[in-house]
Amino acid sequence: MAALLEAQHLYRYYGRYCAVEDLSLELHAGEVLGLLGVNGAGKSTTLQMFSGTLAPNKGKVILNNKDLFYQPLLAKQFLGYLPQQPPLYYDLTVIEFLSYCAQLHQIHSSKLNEYVDIALQRCGLTEVRKRLIKELSKGYQQRLGIAQAIVHQPPVIIFDEPTVGLDPIQVSDIRQLIQSLSADHGIILSSHILSEIQACCTRVLIIDQGKLIFNESIANLNPQQYLPSLQLTTKTVVDIQQIMNISGITQVEIVNDYQYIIQYSPKIDPTEALIELIISKQWGLVELKRLASSLEAIFIQLAQSSKKFTS
Amino acid sequence: MILTIAYREFKTLFVSPLAWSILATVQFLLAYLFLGRMEDFTKNQGKLAYLEYAPGLTEVVIIPLFHATALIFLAVSPLLTMRLICEERRNKSLVLLLAAPISETQIVLGKYLAVIGFSSLIIMMISLMPLSLLSGGEIDYGKLITNIISVFLTMISCSAVGLYMSSIANHIVMSALGSFSLLLFLLMLNWQTFSSHENILAYLSLMSHLQVLQSGLLNTSDISYFMILTGIFLVLTIRRLTAERLGL
Repeated sequence: MAALLEAQHLYRYYGRYCAVEDLSLELHAGEVLGLLGVNGAGKSTTLQMFSGTLAPNKGKVILNNKDLFYQPLLAKQFLGYLPQQPPLYYDLTVIEFLSYCAQLHQIHSSKLNEYVDIALQRCGLTEVRKRLIKELSKGYQQRLGIAQAIVHQPPVIIFDEPTVGLDPIQVSDIRQLIQSLSADHGIILSSHILSEIQACCTRVLIIDQGKLIFNESIANLNPQQYLPSLQLTTKTVVDIQQIMNISGITQVEIVNDYQYIIQYSPKIDPTEALIELIISKQWGLVELKRLASSLEAIFIQLAQSSKKFTS
Repeated sequence: MILTIAYREFKTLFVSPLAWSILATVQFLLAYLFLGRMEDFTKNQGKLAYLEYAPGLTEVVIIPLFHATALIFLAVSPLLTMRLICEERRNKSLVLLLAAPISETQIVLGKYLAVIGFSSLIIMMISLMPLSLLSGGEIDYGKLITNIISVFLTMISCSAVGLYMSSIANHIVMSALGSFSLLLFLLMLNWQTFSSHENILAYLSLMSHLQVLQSGLLNTSDISYFMILTGIFLVLTIRRLTAERLGL
């Protein structure tokens, strides 16, 4: 099956600074891609290039077999985009604004109301449809931002940090919305919240300093490959060999002189033995933290190893 | 699609107090001028009757009225156009249009048409004043029409300049100030007499073309001056938006 969205070797420079470097990916129908990265990693720039609001310096984006740069009008029909700050006209009412968005996406006037009603319903905006946008709370404005991206029911939807500034209930509402949309759309969303990505995405991409450093489907996050980990911080340098001798520990990775990531097999928990060893050797235990999710472990490992590499 | 954008922008103009204030102020200023000129005319009617080629109602009242209208657009168009692109960019709502399946040309023309529509409304309301003279006098229709055309042409070029400034400025005040200064400069170009390039400067000046049209002479070269000015700035605006997408 052909990909809904295909990015090929994208590069984007701001002056001499390279914000995105050689990024390629594919999005298929029914997939939810989670783009994960620390602040300034290049997530938004990547999504801007997918949305056609920023052209890449090199490489191309193909949407439904249409080149986003050479056939922008054809390609953008298949696209809904929510930027980091929702693009709203604060002087309009919710329903006026959504009708305008639908018109901009060439929805025929006879079907306009139907499309707008569906979007209002999906985003829980029906009650506030006659209110002025400037009078809405931040949460409703964010939902309206989502509504404008899905009102024309595009096959590809791009959300740039869709849950920023929302309360926990709204966050879970939006996750449910994303999951319900994922049945018949291809979705890309960016976030720096790990649990969010793990909760609603089928595939996770980690981007760091403009490079795609990890691309794996959530289902394939292999527990053998990415073992549970502990993050250890001490006051003095530890003897790694002695830690490795504890049963269950499979690998010790040095983050810096006083910080280590320790992977262990899920069957034997070495925490207790490890603490005993540290205390008996008087290495000065500062912190021992279980990295909650496998995704978090991968993220921290990847982010730190790339930092080590550049420094 | 152009009309969809134009209609939306046109309606948005009326939501802001700015548009209403402009309508009211312009109407008041020009009505005051109109009454003043009328007063002049009725006072001096007796003297005028003795002159061989006496100026009529049209020359005394209508031409000054439309001359003032054209000058007023120098200040009004920058105010009407300042927020069109600049404010959208600041509010980050420009992305909505850029990510939609519409071209930069359609965006620019849509917004431009909205301002042209609104400004035409101003011209229509001003034109009612001279038409009211028909109840008690005679006017020169030819001159009335060329005057309306001259004001319209001035307005479309002022709006194009304003729209371009709105696309490059990052604050609406800068946008309004920039377009006002540029238009004033175009107007003033033929004021200086010391230059050896007087002819070129006179050709480039907005004022010299406006005066010809307002005297009742429909000259293709004067009409094309305004058309070219409008075209240049619209193309520049489209190019500016395209450059934004390219991230230049």
